Amino acid sequence: MNHFGSVVAAYMFIWGILMVYQFTVSRRVSNLRQEVERLKETLERGKRN
Amino acid sequence: MATETKNDAAPQAVASIIVAAMIGAAIYGAFIWAPTEKTMGFLQRIFYFHAASGEVMLLAFCVVFIGNIGYLMRRKPEWDWLATSGVEVGLVFNTISLVTGPIWAKPAWGIWWDWDARLTSTFVLWILYISYLLLRRLIENPEKRAVVSAVFGVFAFLDVPLVYFSIWWWRTQHPPPLIFKSGGLSPEMLKVFLFSMAALSALMVMMIWRRYKLESLRHSVEELRIEAEYQNEGGAK
Repeated sequence: MNHFGSVVAAYMFIWGILMVYQFTVSRRVSNLRQEVERLKETLERGKRN
Repeated sequence: MATETKNDAAPQAVASIIVAAMIGAAIYGAFIWAPTEKTMGFLQRIFYFHAASGEVMLLAFCVVFIGNIGYLMRRKPEWDWLATSGVEVGLVFNTISLVTGPIWAKPAWGIWWDWDARLTSTFVLWILYISYLLLRRLIENPEKRAVVSAVFGVFAFLDVPLVYFSIWWWRTQHPPPLIFKSGGLSPEMLKVFLFSMAALSALMVMMIWRRYKLESLRHSVEELRIEAEYQNEGGAK
């Protein structure tokens, strides 16, 4: 038995799902950082007024 | 917040390099260093990451259990962040285990899936922790959300020992543990498997750490929103 295709499929799935998950975490972190900055600016503006 | 991010960047970069090196070495071990298994041949190389993912999945759900118990005892949000982070990461490894298993099973057993105790309890585990995340989305109040999900998490954890011991307790299509048994894995194969498990465990810790940071950032956003709302109300008076 060789089943090279099955091994490739399994490892592609492993690295694929790990990369997609890491990408979604990075995107969520980036969105939240932007939101923090936006809220801080809003608060600063509020304090000045 | 900016200072906190800068402080985190260096340790995160170092951790990423160490984990990447460990994963690289594990791949080298699985494909080059480990001998080819006599019966299954090249196909057996799926084992090193499939079985290791299953073990790491159980470890991640143990972290969830610690987080759930910690929250119920101390009522501090940090425990809830830890549990939620563990659920997401555990689900990633649970999915890997559920998908790579059938890819291996079809050529090895001739079937994609069998509803035996090990496979069924692993699938139930996946359903339970998906439900955990869905449940969290239904509750808006952060404290109520944390309590309900902690209680549900403790209940869901009951399936973890069932998954682990199912191959001892019942006759299953899934093979029994061959790791420490004579006639099981060769010493080289065992070393590669244990190293793959260490590499994926390190990756799991890093993923939970990153996901925990995300949860703490989400908490900061919630606090800033409340502050902004309070300021707006004060301005309107």
